[in-house]
Amino acid sequence: MSESTNTESSRRDFLKAGALVAGVTLGPGVLFYGIAHSRAPEEGASSAKRWGMLIDTTKCGDGCNDCVTACNTENGLSGKTGPQDSQWIRKVDIKDLRSGFVQSLPMMCQHCENPPCVDVCPTGASMKRADGIVLVDRHICIGCRYCMMACPYKARSFVHEPLTDQNPEVPRGKGCVESCTFCVQRVDRDEQPACVEACNTKSHQAMIFGDLKDPESAVAKALKAYDSVEVRADMGLNTGVRYQGI
Amino acid sequence: MASIRTWMRLALLAGAAMIFAAPVLEASAGVDLPKIEKGKGEKCVEETQFMRRNHMELLKHHRDETMRKGIRTTKHSLKKCVECHASEKTGSVAASKDDFCASCHRYASVKLDCWDCHATKPMKKPIQVAQPSPRMDLAKESVK
Repeated sequence: MSESTNTESSRRDFLKAGALVAGVTLGPGVLFYGIAHSRAPEEGASSAKRWGMLIDTTKCGDGCNDCVTACNTENGLSGKTGPQDSQWIRKVDIKDLRSGFVQSLPMMCQHCENPPCVDVCPTGASMKRADGIVLVDRHICIGCRYCMMACPYKARSFVHEPLTDQNPEVPRGKGCVESCTFCVQRVDRDEQPACVEACNTKSHQAMIFGDLKDPESAVAKALKAYDSVEVRADMGLNTGVRYQGI
Repeated sequence: MASIRTWMRLALLAGAAMIFAAPVLEASAGVDLPKIEKGKGEKCVEETQFMRRNHMELLKHHRDETMRKGIRTTKHSLKKCVECHASEKTGSVAASKDDFCASCHRYASVKLDCWDCHATKPMKKPIQVAQPSPRMDLAKESVK
């Protein structure tokens, strides 16, 4: 976050202006992507962005499950919470035993900058995309579940049974490990992840999603304005998901 | 003893006759080629003969580009294959043995595991792509 200096923002402004000029001179296609700040389909994820999230636990309702439901619907999860069921996001209640103060927060893949799941994967299936989204490449996942052991956040699930009727945008199948993808299929077309959208639609406004590297983004501004923490910051993973109010 | 030998010789002859005659019989009956359902649209994104031989290479290349790099072009994407080739009857490319992928793969005896994870049916509703704002439209017009 120390990169968000005045020189950086002026450089961005210059680039933005450049994109606008390029759009006008080069043609409609370039213009569209230039102004909308979305990338062309052939462009691919770039390390100029890092997707991240800030969760305000003071706004996160005890017993509210809207983000979990939205995730299940978007990604075609059953919604069951047994030991063999996939959970990409789950609500965790934490209680101060001395005061009895209870807080509730959603816990999912924290999209670490230094992800332990990627470190331990023997095949390279567990991977981090250029824009910081941590994913499992199911084409080469052998289902060994080392990553599940390595993850300090218990964020990953293993698919035990054959699946049918998957969402065409979210392929999932038996024998692979899976976890929150920040709804990568939505992010790639400039939408918010399903959980964030649900939280905002129900006007809880507890989750902010955006580009951590863009000082003008809502999430970067909020991170600059409020004190926030990483869960298990002692591990030095530099998580993409941060919490406020815990 | 002699009768057994005679029988064995006869059996051998009959077996040999069947083996040699088989291709002739098959040819006369005609090879049961797979009946491939015609997809939507005028033609495929590549030549049919090229696709028959190379579709797996295109799909494998595209899967890595999309999965690992986030490149989401649609020309060679599996999702787009399904959109055009899903059967009118079953709405799927691999639900019944006559569906597009299943018919040919059954004929060639090549097992498919794409559909363990990927949906065999197209999206129920098309994705809503954000409409460009009026300002962009104006700018576009000015370029023309």
